[in-house]
This record gives sequence, structure tokens and C-alpha cells, in this order.
Amino acid sequence: MKPAPFRYVAAESIERALALKAEHGDDARFLAGGQSLIPAMNFRLAQPAVVLDINPLRELDFVRAAGAGGLRIGALTRNRTLERDALIAQRQPLVREAVPHVAHPQIRNRGTLGGNLAHADPASELPALMLALGARLRAQSARGERWIEARDFFRGVFTTALRADELLAEVELPGLPPRTGTCFMEVARRRGDYAMMGVAAVVTLGEDDRCTHARLAYCNAGATPVSAASAAQALVGSPLGEGQIHDAAAVAQREIDPLGNVHASKAFQRHLAGVLTRRALQTAVDRAKAGG
Amino acid sequence: MTTRYFGARVQRNEDERLLTGRALFVDDVELPGMLHAAFLRSPHAHARIRAIDVAAALRREGVVAVYTAEDLGDYWRPGPLLVPPPPIDGSVFNERTQVPLAKGKARHAGEPVALVIAESRYVAEDALADIVVDYEPLPAVVDLERALAPGSSWVHDDLGTNVAARVRQAKGNYAEAAKRADLIIKRRFAYDRGASMPIETRGVVAQWDGKADKLTVWDTTQAPVVIRDGLAAMLGLSERQVRVIAPFIGGGFGPKIMMFYPEEVLVPWAAIRLDRPVKWIEDRAEHFLATTHERGQLHDAEMALAKDGKILGIRDVFLHDTGAYDPYGLTVPINSQCTLLGVYVVPHYDSTFTAVFTNKPTVTPYRGAGRQHGVFVMERLLDIAARALGLDANEIRRRNFIPPEAFPYDNEIIYQDFAPLEYDSGNYAPILEKALALVGYERFVAEEQPRLRAQGRHVGIGVVCYVEGTGIGPYEGAKVQVQASGKVSVVTGIGTQGQGHYTAFAQIVADQVGVDVRDVEVVTGDTDQFYWGAGTFASRGAVVAGNAVNDAAKLVRQKILRTAAAHFECAEEDLVIGNGAVAVAGVPGRAVKLGALAAEANPTRGAVAPGTEPGLEATSYFGPPRGATASGAHAMIVEVDPETFVIAIRKYAVVHDCGTVVNPLLLDGQIHGGVAQGIGNAFYEQLVFDADGQLLNASLADYLLPTALDVPRMDLAHTVTPSPLNPLGVKGAGEAGAIPVGPLFAQALENALDLPAKGIELLEIPLSPNRLWELVKGGGP
Amino acid sequence: MTAELHAITTTVNGTRYSRRVESRLLLSDFIRHDLGLTGTRVGCEHGVCGACTILYDGLPARSCLMFAAQANGHEITTVEGLAPERGRLDPLQEAFRAAHGLQCGYCTPGILLTMKAFLAENPSPSEGEVREALSGNLCRCTGYQHIVDAVLLAAARRHGESPA
Repeated sequence: MKPAPFRYVAAESIERALALKAEHGDDARFLAGGQSLIPAMNFRLAQPAVVLDINPLRELDFVRAAGAGGLRIGALTRNRTLERDALIAQRQPLVREAVPHVAHPQIRNRGTLGGNLAHADPASELPALMLALGARLRAQSARGERWIEARDFFRGVFTTALRADELLAEVELPGLPPRTGTCFMEVARRRGDYAMMGVAAVVTLGEDDRCTHARLAYCNAGATPVSAASAAQALVGSPLGEGQIHDAAAVAQREIDPLGNVHASKAFQRHLAGVLTRRALQTAVDRAKAGG
Repeated sequence: MTTRYFGARVQRNEDERLLTGRALFVDDVELPGMLHAAFLRSPHAHARIRAIDVAAALRREGVVAVYTAEDLGDYWRPGPLLVPPPPIDGSVFNERTQVPLAKGKARHAGEPVALVIAESRYVAEDALADIVVDYEPLPAVVDLERALAPGSSWVHDDLGTNVAARVRQAKGNYAEAAKRADLIIKRRFAYDRGASMPIETRGVVAQWDGKADKLTVWDTTQAPVVIRDGLAAMLGLSERQVRVIAPFIGGGFGPKIMMFYPEEVLVPWAAIRLDRPVKWIEDRAEHFLATTHERGQLHDAEMALAKDGKILGIRDVFLHDTGAYDPYGLTVPINSQCTLLGVYVVPHYDSTFTAVFTNKPTVTPYRGAGRQHGVFVMERLLDIAARALGLDANEIRRRNFIPPEAFPYDNEIIYQDFAPLEYDSGNYAPILEKALALVGYERFVAEEQPRLRAQGRHVGIGVVCYVEGTGIGPYEGAKVQVQASGKVSVVTGIGTQGQGHYTAFAQIVADQVGVDVRDVEVVTGDTDQFYWGAGTFASRGAVVAGNAVNDAAKLVRQKILRTAAAHFECAEEDLVIGNGAVAVAGVPGRAVKLGALAAEANPTRGAVAPGTEPGLEATSYFGPPRGATASGAHAMIVEVDPETFVIAIRKYAVVHDCGTVVNPLLLDGQIHGGVAQGIGNAFYEQLVFDADGQLLNASLADYLLPTALDVPRMDLAHTVTPSPLNPLGVKGAGEAGAIPVGPLFAQALENALDLPAKGIELLEIPLSPNRLWELVKGGGP
Repeated sequence: MTAELHAITTTVNGTRYSRRVESRLLLSDFIRHDLGLTGTRVGCEHGVCGACTILYDGLPARSCLMFAAQANGHEITTVEGLAPERGRLDPLQEAFRAAHGLQCGYCTPGILLTMKAFLAENPSPSEGEVREALSGNLCRCTGYQHIVDAVLLAAARRHGESPA
């Protein structure tokens, strides 16, 4: 399974890379980790005319503290780094919990955060995390840069808001307020496979232990990662007891629109969403109460 | 003769090469001027081919040739029938074998339509996109029952039917027996299999030397001798002009003994025609469609029983999916038919199968080779009967075991080797008891299960029994030779795909000839080294080739003694063989190294006496009149998440009886590997075809092979009932691990989820979380 | 149209190689056919089976999911780089032989390199941790048990213990 011919360019600088992308538009693809692009090219499902290798752009590989508890992560940061970085473990335990589910160690050694998000596979874990965490994504081009909210970034299967000349350069994650508990759970056929269903839950408790903030985001639940906004909204102000959690799960099941696949029918995916929502919410609540 | 190595956990001779990456696999062959092949394959499961335009492909730089069926001329012909239909009266068999390139019609997605030869595989694949084929898609035959219904499209137009075969085997009179029954259980079972998916795909490299007039072919085949004979015949060469080498092979499991694959037939032909070496390496996407599968059967089975649980008889009518062609005859369904009887006394049996052509890749044996289907039906019927009669599942089995004094036991029907299905030896009750003990059955059922259930956990246990028919003929041969260096060489005609022949055979020889096992060099899979053989399949390597090796080694031992006696001018009884030398017993200093003795036996002057041969060498053949029957039991404790239906195997035990064991370390490995494939078959692997015959999950991302997290640690134990059919007493073991895992999962999962109490039965394989959820909530998706 | 070539210099098993490669040449093909280091196997070319795993700048990576051109200036270790010299085996390889951790041997090089990196980071792993680390390498022959035994044996030997 050999790829079709293409022109390979190793980027010498971000500016050069952006200029070339502007020149070729959709005929050129950025090569970051390659763990999604290259299999597609080997199957000849993707046949870009130009491949722009941005791996030399080390300045895009970073994890920095930003603001109160927030993080700025460069697009070229390897999933391996997301798994091991102390700042991420401390400030974004949800990321720390989810990343080990992404494929396998060998894939995570090369795969990048930016590559994964720009590939926008709705079954992938990281896009759902971005929704759950209210991330902002920085798109850079020869024309300048702009910030895109996660909820506006994912437009369809393998489709993002990035324009033909843009590079996803960085992700900003706002800090989690105190008394916030998070939980990521998925059900996959085998460890490392795409989840049949996955959920990222975030809940914040007020001093009275009632919910002040909640987010529920799902992977493999539609053409894009899905945020169950109604389910989450219904939790706000509630004591997050078993009954409310159960109801939220039922609402979330109706908000998602899974596509079904050879491993799981739509109905089963919906069923799993209910199960995982209950379990993830309960765990997130317990964690919030334990200290967030 | 002391046995130092036979039966010991000897480390493998071949490992150093494999561990350092210095072992030759087919894709490692690099030859000057080598060209690369790629095949254009039909995207349609069923289509008429109206026209093929290769002009653009021929114009592409780097492309050397493009061939279609028309270009092959007289060379184009359907492949040989490898296994004729069984000699059973009243059988129907329609022979339709695969062709090198589709002519007029494509009969499965992936069937080769054109061959491109280019300077690199990359360019060859580019050229595939240049070829324009005018297809007229036809309705695809996919579902087995619909294939036989009126109005179905026909896979082979001239047949006027999709029936590939119909065979009935019977003993006694089931209808009469059923009249006397206290209970009749009748169910429909659907057992689906999958693809062998060795980590190494197939490949062929061919080199024609016009000056030496010799063809050399490297092939990932499990049967190099038969390939050599076939290629010579097809290409109009003498057998001695053709050398087939099956070097290290990255897993066989059955489909690599299917022959003559189109690629095997065409790559040598192209190499001769172009007078340049040609290499074809199957990529994984091709492998899903180009290499054979083993697939589904649909059984309507009934069992008649007395109220004490004794089986009175079984009637089974089943459909077998043979795919687009049937080159391997009826081996798989006959194995199903025979292996269903299992370890039990079944006085009356009436089994009829219809093999059905479908527009899917051809079905040929894959580890277990149809035995799985039969074992599933029998073990499930027994479980259902036990419940209906209020009997313990283990007890109903005990009551039906063939008793140990009944061997050799004649099952009165015909096996895949066309010999009567006679079990040579066996003792089944101790195997079951040992399995129950190994898995901790009593304690689990009495204490652990109730305790865990009280905690809300869903854990269950299953125990199943099976036989494995192994070690069939026709024969294998081996040549053993002591070389002047003192090392001993062993050559045999079979191939090796990881079973450890390089070590197992060395152990046998080392004991007979008195050398260190590491000084025995084994060569397999090279037709220039050994001329005759059938191949590695049906768990026969250790049995058939192993016995040939043993026999040849014994002959060499006799020659050593004879030669040494002449050398020392003493009696043979006074000699001791060991440590690579022969010594006169009790006389220090009177010893001669084997190598020196070998040199003496090959004189440069004098004469070799009439009736003797030079050197210390012997060739021997072994041909068992029938196969040896191995048996075993598997037991498993599994936990199921009652909401997600994700499983976790808590314990897995295997008790296996394959007669005398050559190397327990290798045997354990074979069991582990078989069980892993069985787990894949039971819960992870399924070839998902849509109504158009398209394979929807043709990648390893979606065809799920079990990983190290999905296969549990296994506890193994063995019993030994030696086979009286061969001097070593061995039985085969290659497929055992894979055979009973389907019914084991069904039984254990039913137990874990308490399904019988809910009126739910698991009558199909594979299962999955999705499928379990559907069944538990009632009805379909 | 002749393919564009890129001049690359890459260090493999400590040896520097300078070559000119086509843009689309996969790193797995480069290692096997251009450099003749055939110990790295190809099983799927879509990044699932792990047979092609090498160490890339010290970390396990799928060579079928990289282009040779990317390897310019980088370091690669293949299975041929493990044994200290011909006739001797690296301790991990020794443990595999002792525990019968291979049958056909095709998946073995990828597993050796994956486990070598894993043990460097986790010198005393539990069985569960070994299985998790192994889950990205498919084996169709062994059922994994003896592979796990081999890795645990290698770990134990490093500490001078006998394995559990």
C-alpha cells in the first residue's frame, strides 16, 4: 500500500510553511505526527500534491502555564508529552486521563495534539476534550492569526473551520475553577481502538455542593464531537444526586447523533452514552467533592 | 538409548537468527534487476467484465508489462482440485476452481483482473489506477439461504445453481432413535469464522536463469513440494528444473497451504517471459480479499436424548459457505461433520451439508478447519439438554464420554483423509476432571460466584470438551546425515511457519544419534534439499514428519554402530554412542568422533560394498494409515459488565492430550497461540460483508485481532494417551487451542449474565458487546 | 516525469548513511530495501500491527507511518542494532529465547524494540503494565504469554532476581 506521488518539503520556518500553504491551498497537507495522514495516504484515500513537513518547527512544541491555572500547548506537542507533562497532570487531569486511550504508545510518540485536532475524526478523544474544556484554538496563516472556540472549530467528519491557508498552531485551555471534578471514560473493543462511545465530564461545585458549571462532551457521537449542552445545563443548580445524574444521561442520549459502525449500532452507542454519562458524572462529582 | 532431549523444554535452535533479524523471509529476497508486481483487483463482488483497457498503464514510465487473462493464452486455466470429493455414495460435488486472472466475470471482490509488472511496487500501484475496466455489476450472492432460493443470481452461470456440494453421512438410524427419545432439542446455530491474518502476508519471488535453465521460486507456502510439482507441470518444465523455497514464514495457519493462488501461478510465468526476476508481496489491504478465509455455517441441529442424559442420536443439516470457488474440496465441512461427534458416544447420526458458492473470497482451512463449527453445535446442544433435564453440564458430558476401553473407536463415518473416522486412543473423563480442578470449578461455583454476585458482579464459568483429528497422511519423509564436521543435518519436505520444527526434529535426532541438540541443523521448505512431501497442515508436522525423522535417525544410528564396529573391530553391543562420538564401553581412549566416522564411511579409495551406501545417511518415509485423535477440555471464568457488556477473562485453563510430547515448551506455545485465535474468533473477529459482497472492515483497525490485553494468562495441563499409530506415540497439537473457544464463551457468558433464567440462549459466534446487549434486551438492534 | 529526490543523512544503529530518496519512499521500505536491514518487518502499512516498529530518536515509532525523507538528521535503531556482536545476544533477546517468546519471529523485532524502550522507562513492571505496553504490537502465533514471560524475565535478570 504505497502512497501516490507528491512533493515533499521540510519546513525551514513557520513563515515559509505558511507561504507554501497559501500557495497550494487544499492541494497541500501539513505533516505533523503523520499517524492519521500517512495511513490515509498509504490507502490512497488522501493524495495531496504537496506534503509540508512541519516536524522541524520545534517552536510549536511547548506546554506553558497561562493565566490562572490555564495552559497553552503548541500544536506540535506530542501526545506522549501530554501524557507525561507535570503541568498538564496538575492543571488538566482530564487530559492526563484521556490521552492513554489514544491509540498506542508508539503512535503517541509521534502523534501531536494539533495533528489530531486538525484531522477532526469525530471518534477521536482529543476533540471531545477540547469541547469539554472550553478550549480556544489559534489558527495561523500568512495573513495573520485568529482564535477559534472549540465549539466552532469542528464542522463535520474530517472537517474543521481552518481555511485552506491556515495552520493550527496552538491550543489554549482555560484554568479549571476550584472544586472542579473531571472524568473521561470510554468503551472500546480493544485498548487503543477508537471508542464505541466516550464521554468527557466536567462539573464544578459551589460551596453548597450544588453544581455551578457542567460540561459533557462525547466522541463517536456524531459527525463532530458533541457537547450535550442541554443535559449539562440541566445539572446547573442541582445537587448532582443520583436522580439528576440519571436524568442528565437520558437527555444527553437524545442530544447525541451517533452514526453507527461495524462494531456498534447507533442504538448501542446511544445506550453506552447513557451508561458512561452516569458513571463519568458520578466520578467527576466525587472528585470535585474530594478536592477537585 | 538415553533420551536427553526428547520430551524436554529445549530452547529453540532457530531463535538467534529470528531475534537478530537475520532470518530470510520472502520479502527479504533481493535480486539484481528484480521487477515488482501489483494486481488490479475487482472492486465488485460480482460483475461481468466487458472490456479492459491497459494502454495508459503501458505508457507509464517504469511499467514493463501489463497482462490480462487474454494475454495468458493457453497458460490460462482453472487451478487444480487439491482435494477430491470424498468417496461417499450419493454425494454431489461441483468442481469450480480459481483462475489466474478473471475472464469474462469477476466472482468476488478482490479477484485479480490484471497484472502489472514495473520497476517498483510504487510505480506498479500507480499503474493500477491507469487501467480502465468496463464492469457490468451483477447482483451479489452473499446470504447462504438466499443463494439457494429460486431467482438467485449464480456465481457460476453454467452450473444453474449455487450448490457446490451436498454430502450426507449417517450411521445407525436417527429417525428410529428419535422415536424413543425422552427429550429432543432442536436449534439453529450460526457459526462464523474469519481470516487467519498472519502478521506476514503472502508473497512470491521468481527468478528464471536462462543459462542454467532453472527456475527458483521463493513462496510463503506451507507446501513447497506440491508447488514445485504444480509449477513444473504448468510451465512445461521438469520437476528438477524448479526449486521452490519456503524460507522463514511469518505464520501460516492454513491459508498459506491453499494453492495455486493466482499470484503463485503468474509471478513465475512473468519472470520467465520477461527474463527478469519478479517479486510480488501482498499488502494487508489485498490480504483481506486475496488470501482465503474460513467462514460461516448455518446448522439446523437436533439431539435426541434419554432422560438420564444419554445421547440417542443427532441429526444435523447445515449450509457451508465455500466462497466463489472450491479448490480445497470439502475438507472444512467434512471436518465439521466429523468433529461434531467429539468425545462422545453418538449411536445414531445423520449429518447432511450443502456447500454453497457465494461471491466472496474462497474458503479453505484455517486453524481448526471446520472443527470449530461441529464442536459448537455439540457442546451447545449438550448444555441446552442439560438444562432441560435438570442435569449438571459436566455430568451430562461424563455420561456420554467414549469409555477408555473402547479404543480404537470406530465412528463409522469418513474423515477428511477419506479413511474411516477411527479414534486411535483417548481417555476423556480424566481430562474433564483435571480441567475442573485447574480452573477451581467447585470452589468457584460454591463460594466465589455467589459472593461476587452478591456484590453485583456478573461472573460466569464454562467448561467444554473436544477432539482434534491430527496427523493424517499421505506421508512425509526425512533424510538424516552425519557430516564430516560432526554436525548432523536433517532435511524434510514440509515447511515451517513458527512451530519450531528446527528444534523439535533436532531433539529427536540428537537423542538417536548422540549429539548435542544444537549440533543438529534442520532444513525444511527447500525442494532442492528434499524431493518428496505433502506439506504442513492439519496438525501433522510433528506426527508425520517427526516420525519420518525419527525413523531415519534410527537407521543412521544403526549405520553408526555398524561402521564403528568395523572401525574398532568389535561387536556392536560393546559400543556406546554419546557426546558426538562412539566409544568402546569401558575402554578409555578407544573412541572416534562421529564426523571422523562419517568421513571413513565415504572412502576415496577402495570400494563401497554392494548393498550399502556411502556416508552415515538414511532417508525414511512415514505414512500413517489414519490420523491420530488428540483431545482436550477448556475452562474459563469470565466477568461481564452488565451495562457495557465488556468482558474480562479472569481465568483460563486448558487440559490437552496430544500423546507423547516432543517439547513441552513448544507445545505450550501452540496451545497459547491457538487459544488466542479462538478468543479472536469468539469475541473479536468478524468479516463483515454487506449485501453487495463488499467487505466493510478490510483493515486491521476494524478487523480486530486480540492484543496482549485481550488474551489472558492460561494455565495448562496435559494428559498422555500415546498414539498406537506411530512409533513415537505422538499426536498433533497445532489446532487444539483454537477449536472449542466459541462454545466455551457461549456457556460462560450465559452463566455470567444468567441468561437461561431470562430465556436467552447464545446460539451464535462471534459474540460482542453489541450483540450481547441486543440479545439481552430482547430482539434485534 | 521523474520523481524528485531528497538528499538525506540518517544514523542507523550508529552508522551514518547518506542517500537520495524519493518523497514518498516509506521509512520502512528505505530501511529494508535501500539499507538492506531486513530485520524490520512490514505487516500492514497502516500503523496497526507494530511489526515495523523502530526506535526513532530513542522512542518506538511505526516506520510504515513515516517517510524516509523525514529521517534526515535523526537517529534510528533497528533490531540489528540490539545485539552487541554477532554470536551474542542482548539480554532482552536472551530472555526471549529462554522463555520461548517467539514462534514465527515476524512480529519479534518490533516487539523487542518496543519492550527495550519500555523497560528503560519501567525497569520493574507488573504483568499488567507489560501487557498494556505490548498492546500496540500484534502477534498471531504466541498468544502473548511467553512474550510477557520473556519481558518479566529480562526485567528480573536486570535486578539479579529470579522471576516470579
